[in-house]
Parts: sequence; C-alpha cells; structure tokens
Amino acid sequence: MEQYTIKINGIEVTAPKGTTILEAARMAGITIPTLCYLKEINAIGACRICVVEVKGARGLCAACVYPIAPNMEVFTHTPRVVAYRKKTLELILSDHNCACLSCVRSGECELQALCREYGVENENLYAGEKNPSQLDDSAAHMVRDNSKCILCRRCVAACAKTQGIGVIGANNRGFKTNIGCAFEMDLADTSCVSCGQCIAVCPTGALYEKESIDDVFAAIADPNKHVLVQTAPAVRAALGEAFGMPIGTNVEGKLAAALRRLGFDKVFDTNFGADLTIMEEANEFIQRVQNGGVLPMITSCSPGWVKYCEHYYPEFTENLSTCKSPQQMFGAIAKSYYAEKMGIDPHDIVTVSVMPCTAKKFEIGRADQAANGVPDMDYSITTRELARMIKRAGIRFTELPDESFDLPLGLGTGAAVIFGATGGVMEAALRTAVETLTGEELGKLDFTDVRGVEGVKEATYEVAGLTVNVAVASGLANAAKVLDMVKSGEKNYHFIEIMACPGGCVNGGGQPQQHASVRNFVDLRAERAKVLYSLDKDAKLRKSHENPAIIELYETYLGKPGSHRAHELLHTSYVKRSVNHNF
Amino acid sequence: MRNITIQELETIRERMAPHIRFRHEEMIGQMDENYRAHICVCGGTGCTSSGSEKLIARLEKELKANGLEDEVQIIKTGCFGLCALGPVMIVHPEGSFYSRVTEQMIPEIVKTHLVEGKPVTKYLYQETVTENGIIGYDQTNFYRKQNRVALRNCGRISPEHIDEYIGTDGYFALKKVLTEMKPEDVIQTLLDSGLRGRGGAGFPTGLKWKFARAYDNDQKYVCCNADEGDPGAFMDRSVLEGDPHAILEAMTIAGYTIGASQGYIYVRAEYPIAVQRLQIAIDQAHEYGLLGDNILGTGFKFDIGLRLGAGAFVCGEETALMTSIEGNRGEPRPRPPFPAEKGLFQKPSILNNVETYANIPQIILRGPAWFAGMGTEKSKGTKVFALGGKINNTGLVEVPMGTTLREVIEEIGGGIPNGKKFKAAQTGGPSGGCIPAQHFDVPIDYDNLIAIGSMMGSGGLIVMDEDNCMVDIAKFFLQFTVDESCGKCTPCRIGTKRLLEMLEKITQGKGTLEDLDKMEELCHYIKANALCGLGQTAPNPVLSTLHFFRDEYIAHVVDKRCPAGVCKDLLRFVVDPNKCIGCGLCMRNCPASAISRTDYVAPGHKLASVAIDADKCVKCGVCLGNCKFKAISKK
Repeated sequence: MEQYTIKINGIEVTAPKGTTILEAARMAGITIPTLCYLKEINAIGACRICVVEVKGARGLCAACVYPIAPNMEVFTHTPRVVAYRKKTLELILSDHNCACLSCVRSGECELQALCREYGVENENLYAGEKNPSQLDDSAAHMVRDNSKCILCRRCVAACAKTQGIGVIGANNRGFKTNIGCAFEMDLADTSCVSCGQCIAVCPTGALYEKESIDDVFAAIADPNKHVLVQTAPAVRAALGEAFGMPIGTNVEGKLAAALRRLGFDKVFDTNFGADLTIMEEANEFIQRVQNGGVLPMITSCSPGWVKYCEHYYPEFTENLSTCKSPQQMFGAIAKSYYAEKMGIDPHDIVTVSVMPCTAKKFEIGRADQAANGVPDMDYSITTRELARMIKRAGIRFTELPDESFDLPLGLGTGAAVIFGATGGVMEAALRTAVETLTGEELGKLDFTDVRGVEGVKEATYEVAGLTVNVAVASGLANAAKVLDMVKSGEKNYHFIEIMACPGGCVNGGGQPQQHASVRNFVDLRAERAKVLYSLDKDAKLRKSHENPAIIELYETYLGKPGSHRAHELLHTSYVKRSVNHNF
Repeated sequence: MRNITIQELETIRERMAPHIRFRHEEMIGQMDENYRAHICVCGGTGCTSSGSEKLIARLEKELKANGLEDEVQIIKTGCFGLCALGPVMIVHPEGSFYSRVTEQMIPEIVKTHLVEGKPVTKYLYQETVTENGIIGYDQTNFYRKQNRVALRNCGRISPEHIDEYIGTDGYFALKKVLTEMKPEDVIQTLLDSGLRGRGGAGFPTGLKWKFARAYDNDQKYVCCNADEGDPGAFMDRSVLEGDPHAILEAMTIAGYTIGASQGYIYVRAEYPIAVQRLQIAIDQAHEYGLLGDNILGTGFKFDIGLRLGAGAFVCGEETALMTSIEGNRGEPRPRPPFPAEKGLFQKPSILNNVETYANIPQIILRGPAWFAGMGTEKSKGTKVFALGGKINNTGLVEVPMGTTLREVIEEIGGGIPNGKKFKAAQTGGPSGGCIPAQHFDVPIDYDNLIAIGSMMGSGGLIVMDEDNCMVDIAKFFLQFTVDESCGKCTPCRIGTKRLLEMLEKITQGKGTLEDLDKMEELCHYIKANALCGLGQTAPNPVLSTLHFFRDEYIAHVVDKRCPAGVCKDLLRFVVDPNKCIGCGLCMRNCPASAISRTDYVAPGHKLASVAIDADKCVKCGVCLGNCKFKAISKK
C-alpha cells in the first residue's frame, strides 16, 4: 500500500493512501470532532463539525471524508476552525429542541458534549423558526422525536446500509428536511423490523426505545405480583459501559446483584431459556435432517431477523425454526412449570426481560407467544432502560458485590452465554447436535470457524456420516446475501444462524450507546463478544444438554425435546408480511 | 435502419447546405433550388407561449390558399433571441424580421410579401426600418455586437430535422475526430482553444476531459448538465430547443476522447420542448447510426440517454446531478473524489453544461486559434446571456467575452425602460452578486466578475433600476437558495435560513447595525463551511449588496426607511393636503378603507383633502395609481 506522509498541526504522520484526515489525525493523537460520520456506513460530510484547514484549499475541508495527499498540511484546531465549529453547533441548536434537562440522552448526548467542549454559551444566538417536526410513537419498540434530530443521517445509514432495509430517509428539502418514512408514513406501517440499530447510532435523544421503566417499577411495588426478571447474555457484556466501566467489562455478578436490589422477586437468566432453545432447536434440526424437513433450517432467536424474514423473504418462513426465542421460552416456562412448581397463579406472575434488543418489545406482543393463556412475557426492557432503573433506584452499580442468579431458572451453560455473539447459537447447537447424533462426547467444544465479527461465515462439518453445511450471518444486509445465495442455488446450507444486529446481540439496538468518536475507532462487537467467550471458556458446564435444570425440566415436566408439551409451550408460528405494508 | 457512411454524410451536406445558406443575410436575391422563400418561425419556449404554433398553422392555411405551399417553406426554428418582441418570424431571402406577429397579420404578410414581393413594413421590427430603407436585422443594435457561436443554428435550422443540422457541417466535427484525431489531439485542441466551462465555475474543459481520460476503467460516462435553474436564465434551454444535435455531437466527441460509451443528458422536466426535441434528435441520430454501435463505420460506439430532473436547483451541482441520475435523492457528495475519478455510478465521468458542448463542434472544425481569437486573455470565446429585469430588450444574447456591461445593457439590451436610472446588474444567479454602476465598463469575463464579487454563472443577467431595493434583491435570491437547499449540510440548511431571517428582520425595520456584522460573519462562515457550490456561493448576493449598497442597508436599519420604496413594512403612503382636491377617488378604491376625509380645505380647493390611516393601510399602492393630481406619495 502506498504511504503518504503529511503534517497535521506540524506533526508528521505517515499513513496509507486512502486514509482520511480524521483517521490520520487520530494517529497523531488528535481528535477531530464528528457528528454525522460513521465508519463504513456514513461518510457523507454533512454536518461540517469536522472541518479543518488544509493548506491551499479554498474553503475548509471535512476531515471525515477528505483523503490525505502527499505533503498535505492540515490544521485541525486553528482559532478560525474552532470558531466555525462553534458556529455550526450554534446553528444546530437554533433548530434543536433544547429541552436537555428532560431528555433521555442528557449527559450522554454527543451534541451536548460537543457544545460543552466548544464553549457554546448561548443556544439562542441564532434563534429563529424551527423545523416543524412530528413525533412518531406508532411503533411498538421506539419513538422518533425529530425536534431533537440534527439530520446527521446516521440512523438512515444504519437502516439502509447495515440492515439493507431503508424504511427511513430524508423527506422534504432544505430547512424543512426531516427524517422519516416514505410519504410520511408511520413507522409502524412500514416494514421496519424493530432492530433499533437506528437508536444505537443516534447521537442525540431523537431516537429512543419505548420505555417500560415505570410499569416495571409499579409491578415490583405491587405486593400481589411475583415479578421475575431474566437477563440476556449480551447485557452482562455491555451494561458496565453505562456506568463508565471500560468496554468489554463482564458485569454478570453486579448485574444479578443490581436486579436483586431493584426488588425483583427472582433474578433469573435468559441463559436458561437459551439452553432450552438449543435442546428444542437441535432436536428440530435433527428431525428435519432425518425426516426430510425443510432445509436449510434458520434460527429464530432474533426477533428483528424473524420480522425481516416475514417482510422481505416470506418464502423462507418455513425454513425458520419453530422454536420460540430464549426470552419467550423462558416466559412460557416461568408461567407454566415454574408457576406450578412454586404454586403461584400464572396471572400473578409478571415476567420482565432485560434485553440488548428493541425488537424484543415487538416480540412479546406477537401472536402465538402466550402459551399458558397469559402472555409469555409482560415487559421487555433494554440494557439502557435497566441502567436508568439502577440509577433511579440509587444503586451504586460499580460498588456492588458479585452475586449469582436464582435457581432454577437462573442456571445456564457456556453454550447459552455465547448466544449473545454472532455464531454463538450455531456453536451451541452444534455442541448438542453433534453429541446427540454421534452419541459420543465432543473432544473439542470450540467451533471457531463460526466465531468472529465477519458478516458472513461458513463451515462444513462431518457429523456421524452426514455432511453439514452451516452459515452464520449478522446484520440484515448480510442475511440478505446469504438468503440470495440459497435462493439462487449457489449455496446448499443445512443450518443457518442469522442475527439482525451486526455482531449479534452484543451490538444490539438496546445496548448502551457509544459516541461515534468511540464507535469509529473501537470494534464494539469484538470487545463485547470477548466477555461472552471468556465466560464460556471458564464455565463448568458448556453444553446445553448438560444443564441440570434443563435435564430436570425435561424429566419432570416436558418429557423429551419436541414432545407435545414442548411444542405447545416452546414453539411458535410465523406470518408472511409484505414490504412497507405491515399487518 | 443502417449506419450511414461518411460518403453519405457528405451527400446529405451537399444537398442541404445551399438550402440552409439561403437563410443567411448574404443570400438575399439568390434562389434555393426547391423553395423561393423560407419563413423561419421561432419555435422556442418564449414565442411558443406567445402563440407561434398558431402562426404556423395560419401560415400553412394562407400559403395553401394562395397556392404557395410548394414555393414557400415554413421552418419552425429555435430561439432568435429577441424574446421581448415575440413571436418572431423571419422571411428569407430578404431576411425580413417580423416581430410581435399576430394571426391577423398573416394574410396580409402572405399576400403582400410573399405573393407581391413587398415586405410589410409596418409589421417589421421597427429598428430594421430606417430612412435608408429596410436594413438587415443583424445591423440592429440588438444583433450588431453579437457573435453567435453556441447559438449559431438557433433560428436558422429546424431542430427536428437532422439533415438540416448536417447541412451546417453538423456531425463533421465528429467525423473529423473519429477519422483524423487521437483523443489526446482533441484534448489539446480544447486546451489550446481556452474553452472554460459555461456552467458557472469556468473550469478549463480540456483539463476536465484530460483528467477523466487518465483514469483507467472499463466504464466511463459523459454527462450533460441541462438542468438550468438560475432564476431568469434560459440559455441552455434555447440551445437545446434550437440545436439539439450539436449537444449530441459534442457528447459523442467527449465519449471518444475520455473513453466512454454512454452519455446522459440530465434535463429539467420543466423544459418540455427541449425534452421533446432532444428525444427526436436522439432518435434521428440512432436512425443514421450517429449514435449506437460502429458510428460512421469507425467501430466507435456511443449512446445517449435522457434523464429528466424534477426541478431541484441543487441537481445542477455536478455530484448532486449524478446522484440523481443514479436514482437517489439529488444531494451533493463530498469531493474528492472528483467525478473524473469517481463520478456517475462511481465511474470516471465528465459533466459539462449545454453551452460548453455547443461550442465544441465549432472548435474542432474551425480550430482552436479561431476560438481563442475571441474574448479576453483568460476567457476565450463568447458567452450567452439571458437578459432580464429592467431592460428593454429582454432576450438572449451571445457576445464575445470581454464585452462590457454597458455595451450589453445600453446597446444590445436597449437600455432601461421608462428612463429610469441603472442601479445594478445581477449575474451568476443566486450564486452571483450585484454589480453596481461603478463597474459598468468592466469587460465581462470569468476573472473580472469574480474580482468584483460576482461570478459568470451560467449567464443570467438581471438588470435593476432605481426602483429596486438591494436589500430586497438580496432577500429574493437568498429565499431562492433557502428553498432550493437540499438540506444535507448544516451551514446551508440552517445557516442560509438564519441569514434570510436576518434580512427579513431588516426589511421589516427591526434590524440593528449589529445584525449587519452578524450577517456578514455568517456569510463568511457559510462560504467556508458549506458542502457544495450551492451553499458556498449562497451568501454572495448578500455579501455583494452589503459591499456595494451598504448605505441602503443602513437606511433600513438606522432610518427605518427603504430608499427604493419596496419594503412594505417600511413604506408610508402620505397625502399632500395642498395638492389633494378632495375628489375622493382614492377613498372609494381603497381596499382597506384606510382613507378618510379631513376637515382641511386647501386654498383654492372646494373639498376637504383626505388622509391615510397608516395603521389600516395595506400598502397596496392603489391610491397612488388612482390619484390624478400626484397628491399621494410613498415615503
């Protein structure tokens, strides 16, 4: 690769051709502020906060998109540049709903942080007409408040490029430009899959999940309710970030402690549901292979993916595993097996899940997700909502001791915890399926071919005389690639794992938001996944079928995987939807 | 359908050339072998909207009635330029220029002129009627100083007949390029000619092509910017309507030069006649194999598609235009990479505007020295301007670079109506600036206009007189940019809006001197920070008026007065009680019932005078127009 040497604020930097000024400056130890820029998906040079002076250039140059050239001289923080950045912020504020005190993003807002950094003193300096904006709270999982939108279009890029969906875009022109759905449709009326990747990348409080915090607190306070909480594997890999802990910190113990202190009657783990999912899903896969069922079988844990499949690839809904997601399996068991065991009326049980996900909010309201005559799950909150609850309850999270989950539904294996990373479900299923098919114990449990943050991964395994071709995709644009290859006959897979969010649940739409200045230089997917793989590595139990709570559940209640009762409780059905016409 | 050969192309030229030459002034008294007279009727948008289609129908009827249909040919041409006097038609070989022609005049013109051979003097453009008889229209003030290169075929040929174009050496530049020149030769020719882009920024065309040629790629594109959007500008429309094949020929030459096989013309859907004629031209070029595979048997392949713009001004910006052709929302992209490297569909591309292309076949045929012989040191050739505003000869003119504003406005444009005083000329559209009287004698070229705070732009030239308020003018252009901003970058989306609000504040009499400084600061910020040319130049109308007409701003801000009497909020209509005879006409016609009678009777008058209640007055000006005694004035 050709290398260019340039000078940034007098410091010499050598970087490969194609490097942007922004990246080169970072190499020189200089942060140039950004708002609209998101690595790989949104290099549009729109917000102009990253402008720098380049010797010889007519105007200022946007560092996020401006490639370095030999002998270039760049000045990133001259008085002129700094003054202009401040003006850009002042202009943005003139069309911004500055109700920061009550904003969900206050304290974590990228715009707010930059305004402080650049010494903006008067948000009304350019006060004038504001863009008439609407609030779209039609969807089950999120709210769009365009009065806080700064038109960086990161959400648009996440939706269109990461997910290949594009249900949002710029409407109108000029000052009246706003982000919304085509023809100003409500989000709920589009084929939005509820993944929440738009929220994850939003720099301000314009996009946020529909909160259930008050409802959950109310349930906890209700003496007549037995409130259970389950927490997804990926939550423990990211919750610490909301309390200033380094990215990639495992907070499993503190998470359990915090939930207990919040007053939940039982603190359980979605890992239990995940192990149960593997039992059912591995069984379903083996049945499909042995009985000529529809192949490839595709995982159904990710509700964003399921909805995507229903909208965009309805011809594949028969390929979806009929297994409910771990969240829903957990709920169904909590309100049946657990209720009976504890002698509690299922109507008095309130099930709450903490998820790295916004689509889970949609999932709990889906049809065929109420096995016992009551909804399997009552509330699903995001990792971010949990962090807000912990803060509101005055719990000093970082100082908490490590505690464990309650039994029996708090017991999970290493196979379950890796569900939170792309490839994890596949690996967990393989561990169980291979042992089931061969009847022998696996020597090596690590299926490393399906690990890692790549968007599409493939592997072929020889199992008990069968050749099994598997694929793993995360991020729906990657899912589309895999499905298209299956459709065209180019690939012949038997089993596919698909996660809606790139990198899997660790990078879910409900996880703590990281500023672009972090996202652009740290791979959140990889850092958070490390937590899960290390938990798996250190786990005593690493195969779902060895989870004693699962074994007991089958022995005493469900019978065998795929039994009639298991089907009633743990399996679901899908619908075929059309694009941009929800029903 | 088969490709014509070079030999056949030459045969068509030989057949058509005398026919076309018949329409030149010097051919007076000669005969076309087929027709003894040609009537060229302007079929441009201006004349069409003032009824030239009806004239043609009436002409056909009258010619038939007089048995002349085989002797006299009617040609629907492109624009003659003198739109103010439309509909226009010229009868050859005399070159009689009939202006403001109505259907009712046709029978007389046919009978007297075409049957009896005597031009109908009373219907002629009166400037061609002199004491010494009828002069050629090219001797009139409007045409005398013009030099029509880009517009050479406008008004001369039928744009809907490819043979007529071939008769003017059309497609012979292409033949020359394909058979005698290497791509490098074409580039050198353009460089030597000094041709710079007519779209506004004035980038050397040869250099642009050279860059695009240098990038290796199996697919490149040639684009034509026909998305003319400056308020009051219609140069490109006229070329497209009058000479569409020149654009196709030039684009094909560009394709050969940079190594592209596909071209796109991005043309506004609001130009239906241009679109229609372009489509006809493309179809005819296909028919002759002048587009498609193996052009003129040389093995070269090139095709052109039309893409219609939906009217967004920003789509005239090159990257926005390409984004729009790609099927996306028309928004600019950051540069670099420049289109020469990654343009349309991320492939090496060039984009030139219509007028630039229109010059190219001529440069190839007549040589770079000929072209470089016109104009100034750094701006060669001619430039087409659309004259508009407070000027007598509204229309299209093409003058050598270096012509002064005075020549264009006073001589060619016929000066300012009603004896009003010239105040400023606006060039460059919403990206340009206002040029005050003190620069009346500056030779117009790219660099001079930049030096005085304006720019060439695509050629809109709007004249303003003493009745124009310069703050209002700045507001007008800024309103345009605010409306047309794509909304992508912050400085343009919000900055221009805030700038406009400040201007509104000033025209409402609520501005302060501090606002002027704040405005100027914001202007410089937007220029330095906006993403694309639209935003970067949007403050120019404000900056140039602030520079040259600061006193008018100060009058608005300090004296709360609009010197030109335009800004309504600052206007007061007052009655001079000593001039008012109390007739009451104004009272009866006031839509706001703001006028009432006083008890003052001026000496010598019988009735009491009236007075205007400023609180009720809506400043419509009806009273002013009605008062026969000049008793009412604006202050």
